Amino acid sequence: MTEQNMLAANTAGVAIHGRRNYLIAIGIMVVALIAAPFFLYPVFLMKVLAFALFACGFNLLFGYTGIMSFGHAAFFGTGSYVVAWTMNRWGLTPEVALLAALAGGALIGLVFGVIAIRRQGLYFAMVTLALAQLLYFVFLQAPFTEGENGIHMKGRGSVFGVISIESDLAAYCFVSVVFLLCFMLIVRTVHSPFGQVLKATRDNEARVLSLGYQVNRYKLIAFVLSSALAAVAGGLKAVALGLATLHDVHFATSGDVVLMTLLGGLGTLFGPVIGAVVATSMWEFLSRFGSWVTFLQGLILVLCVVLFRRGIVGELAARLHIKL
Amino acid sequence: MIIFGMPLALVVSQLLLGMINGAFYATLSLGLAVIFGTLGIINFVHGALFMMGAYVSWMLLQWVGLGYWPALILSPLIVGLLAALLEKVVISRLYKLDHVYAFLLTFGVAMMIEALFRNIFGSAGRPYAVPDLLRGGVDLDFMILPLYRLWVVVASLVLCVATWYAIEKTSLGAKLRAATENAAIVQALGVNVPRLMTLTYAGGAALAAFAGVLAAPIYSVSAHMGTDVVIVVFAVVVIGGMGSIKGSVIAGFALGVIEGLTRVVYPESSSTVIFLVMAIVLLIRPRGLFGRGA
Repeated sequence: MTEQNMLAANTAGVAIHGRRNYLIAIGIMVVALIAAPFFLYPVFLMKVLAFALFACGFNLLFGYTGIMSFGHAAFFGTGSYVVAWTMNRWGLTPEVALLAALAGGALIGLVFGVIAIRRQGLYFAMVTLALAQLLYFVFLQAPFTEGENGIHMKGRGSVFGVISIESDLAAYCFVSVVFLLCFMLIVRTVHSPFGQVLKATRDNEARVLSLGYQVNRYKLIAFVLSSALAAVAGGLKAVALGLATLHDVHFATSGDVVLMTLLGGLGTLFGPVIGAVVATSMWEFLSRFGSWVTFLQGLILVLCVVLFRRGIVGELAARLHIKL
Repeated sequence: MIIFGMPLALVVSQLLLGMINGAFYATLSLGLAVIFGTLGIINFVHGALFMMGAYVSWMLLQWVGLGYWPALILSPLIVGLLAALLEKVVISRLYKLDHVYAFLLTFGVAMMIEALFRNIFGSAGRPYAVPDLLRGGVDLDFMILPLYRLWVVVASLVLCVATWYAIEKTSLGAKLRAATENAAIVQALGVNVPRLMTLTYAGGAALAAFAGVLAAPIYSVSAHMGTDVVIVVFAVVVIGGMGSIKGSVIAGFALGVIEGLTRVVYPESSSTVIFLVMAIVLLIRPRGLFGRGA
């Protein structure tokens, strides 16, 4: 066998092996999604799923493309406001409202992306943070967001206008299905030729550029995709809690998603999900300590950065010598 | 007196308010620029250090009985010392990694510091009196110019010029700039680069704390006073051009004034105008107004 053939055979082997692991992991996830409402409160689970999707979308950008946005709350909050507003005012059904959120998130992502893509590395983080803060002030002053009160939704409505999701359990099923669809989309993207270019850009941008790829265009598409997913996540959060607030757009939320992704494992498919589960449960459990939660969040972020950069899933994958 | 259909007193007072905000933006973005230039990291803790500067001067007054003038020197020293400790113990471990990690670390530390102060002192603002020497104002016929505000502008300008001089014209500054260009060679020439970095970080932090002391009598002292400012300062730094000392100072003052004028013309957008300017500058001159390199 020539060297090249061996390499090809090897990669194919890894791919088949990898695919089996993914199928097992996704199987476990589906079983967990079905089993969870028997043990836990559905509204809490929906919140976890919304943040898990948020973190997965963020990870597509930070973990797989290597660009760090520090303004992702802008998209999450936009999605949350779009869903709450369109369902209240226009009486849209939840799935159409989520599509509207997707479109809104993608549009704002495109605007932010075109501006921010002109800078790299830490500048990119600073620019996205500043743009997100701009949007925060716009939402703070715009009358339709109802300022500090936020938009309270009248109800969750019916999917396709027929299946009512007013009950928490029905809403949970809807949120789970949307989450799984988006998760599959992310898995598919990461493994597509497009995803390969993104990962290559992360690892060696100059090289990818020299091979003739329009790196900035790829980055922009990844950014828009990631913002659209973040907006869907925000929309799911609004459906789950029946509320869209300024906190969804606040930069603390941008910090939360970074923490979740890092805690779970940057650049791993399942890491952000685990990170969101762990972090959301932790905040829920610690909420009786009141404002000390912020202190603990900061502490956990510091510990993750200094000692635990691979995150939970990254560490696990490294110990077991598999890709997750 | 009326100019552009607006009373002169209103325009001038907003202009002055803009200059004061600009003075804080300039001092803070200067510290950020110095730290970024040498250490290559963006210091999210900067806002928290600004807040600590104000709080330390408040504590000195309440607990030790030391007034404004000693605090103006002691507070930056104390905060600078704490910052040096932070750099030595935690941040210095991350220089070898992608700088994004250091940024996230400083974000985490900022969260911790802010939460700590909020939990101990509550979120209500605490007043800090204007020192006796600077009470009262200058009568400009159509309005009274408060003396303290004048002092803030002058003090920050002097500080900015002094920092520029220290970096551009002294031998320590030369070492600093050389270390920015190539740390390994400067180290080989016998300069203790890690210590230089610690010193720079402490220096930048002291600048932030100094601004905090200046701000204490104007804004009340509160745990969240730094966070809101720091994001605006990031935008200022992007506009001025990262790593350019001159750029950060000029952009700081200019944007303070623009913000003040916006408050006269169209108050609703005064909190967003700086971010809008940033977006426009990025579209026209991605490197910032005074920035060099990528």
